[in-house]
Amino acid sequence: MKRVLMSLVALILFTLPATAGIDETINDITKPLASFIGSVVFVKIPLFGAQLPIVVLWLVIGAVFFTVYMGFINLRGFGHAIKLVRGDYADPNSSGEVSHFQALATAVSGTVGIGNIGGVAVAVTVGGAGATFWLIFAGLLGMSTKFVECTLGVKYRLENEDGSVSGGPMYYLDKGFNEIGKPGLGRFLGVFYAVGICIGALGIGNMFQSNQAYVQLNTVANGALDGLGWLVGLILAAVVFAVIIGGIKSIARVTEKVVPFMAVFYCVFAIIVILMNFPALPQAISNIFTGAFTGEGVAGGALGALIIGFQRAVFSNEAGIGSASIAHSAVKTSEPVTEGYVSLLEPFIDTIVICTITALVIGTSQVADPNFAGDATGVAMTSAAFERQFSWFPTPLAIAALLFAFSTMISWSYYGLKGWTYLFGEGEGSQMVYKVIFCVFVALGCMVQLGPILDISDALVFLICVPNILGLYFLAPIVKREMQKYQAKLDSGEIKSFRH
Amino acid sequence: MSNTVLLAVDGSDGSHRATAHAIARAKLGGAKILLTYVIEWSAYSFNTPEENAQRHKRREQEIEKATSSVVGPAADRLREAGIEVETVVQHGPPAETLIRLAKEHDVAQIVIGRRGESGIKSLIFGSVAGNLIQTSPVPVVVVP
Repeated sequence: MKRVLMSLVALILFTLPATAGIDETINDITKPLASFIGSVVFVKIPLFGAQLPIVVLWLVIGAVFFTVYMGFINLRGFGHAIKLVRGDYADPNSSGEVSHFQALATAVSGTVGIGNIGGVAVAVTVGGAGATFWLIFAGLLGMSTKFVECTLGVKYRLENEDGSVSGGPMYYLDKGFNEIGKPGLGRFLGVFYAVGICIGALGIGNMFQSNQAYVQLNTVANGALDGLGWLVGLILAAVVFAVIIGGIKSIARVTEKVVPFMAVFYCVFAIIVILMNFPALPQAISNIFTGAFTGEGVAGGALGALIIGFQRAVFSNEAGIGSASIAHSAVKTSEPVTEGYVSLLEPFIDTIVICTITALVIGTSQVADPNFAGDATGVAMTSAAFERQFSWFPTPLAIAALLFAFSTMISWSYYGLKGWTYLFGEGEGSQMVYKVIFCVFVALGCMVQLGPILDISDALVFLICVPNILGLYFLAPIVKREMQKYQAKLDSGEIKSFRH
Repeated sequence: MSNTVLLAVDGSDGSHRATAHAIARAKLGGAKILLTYVIEWSAYSFNTPEENAQRHKRREQEIEKATSSVVGPAADRLREAGIEVETVVQHGPPAETLIRLAKEHDVAQIVIGRRGESGIKSLIFGSVAGNLIQTSPVPVVVVP
């Protein structure tokens, strides 16, 4: 009951800041905070001519802090992460449980979405080639944030009575803060996060995805779908509806199996395009480095490029948003920190590998023909870059985009739902309410312009990052201890590799 | 090497014949039987978040089902024949898991029924018996 009450308060706080009443006392306590956050959410700090959204600053500071605090775990832990995913440390007696590989693959298919194809193009259009450098750099730092949040996700997950598991920031904030003697704050942040992810899932994991999938379909159809966004939206919504409400799991299962192959297919063709544009490659790479520090032609110069790069990286790999820890927490391991190591690979695959490849496809095309995409931006721009070499490519790209968007939406419907059930319990009826809302937003995503969607998504992401990263600062010492204990066990030979 | 025979079953006709053979072999040499059922599973598959969240529960259900419908009845049959039995139900890639169990329990021989897989399926995925014969450290008896 208390939880429901708190969630109601939080809902009112963040959706209807003007609403007064319900409970004067609670309102009096929380109102200053609400108005403070309300005034901060949409604020951008003007800095040397660039606009720095606070969300970016918040995430960057967090990522830098965790990288330093964990002793550059993003670099140190990489080799061990590969060994864990390969199954070197997997106890054969627990085979049949969720493996490190499976947890990673599921989380990656939630993060590899339209952002990897369209988001990079947005970054390059707005932030110039130099944004790519900062995008990669942000991916590298984001690995440390992931490490912290995914370790906590496993450590504080909830094993339900029916044998299933629920995990994620709402649980580690709640249980973790209880452990450090701040149960009230923990519950507040948990509810805050749960509300944030319920609403946030409708932006980054929903409208942005369906919008860009529609745009690419329309590009392939040569504009035949102009004005028919509502129709595409309804169809997409119907398919999502069939999966998450109709329980037609086979669609989701097939998608989960096809997406990895689509990702490989995409990367292989992207590399082929880069090789075909080879003469332009040295110049494209040099543009990335010089642009990163001079920011030529970019509003706000180098800083502008940095901001854009970081912003799009966060959108793509979700480090600091905490969503992936919901997926990672299903793994079976006696050492939570092992999943932290494994999760390092997620921003690596998503941002450092896939986004960089996309950026190079666009970058080399730009060098060869500065006006190759015309006015196109987002996924349409990436598509145009491929089309220069393979005229037929937009069609498979549209299919890939659709599948990426779809698998991301399915994952996010689950993330949002987990926030919802944390607030309102696991009841079937209440779950249905959220699922229906989710489907409505899938349809809406196809009917609105990209610009407003990005703005809304950015604001919503911020809402999710605040409680998560705030909590991570408090709980980081726990993760550090886990990491040190685990390292000691590895060194002493208590934990052995099963690979002979 | 212990006087143990690893008998792999899957509830098929082939595995019934393998059981009959293993009984005869065990009686002859006074061997113990390690009765195993490998539930086909790969650590490298792609699942939805929901499937992963439910996995622990599903695994237990799968083990329970294999135990009650296949391993239990087979163990009864062996015990009725007066043979000492130990049972194992485990998830994993079949051939690899059987070989690991054979090594762990230091068995003298593996007995397995022929599934009669043919054509494209075995061409692509190989057959369990085929893989086992190629990689097993101990003699393998494939019962037709």
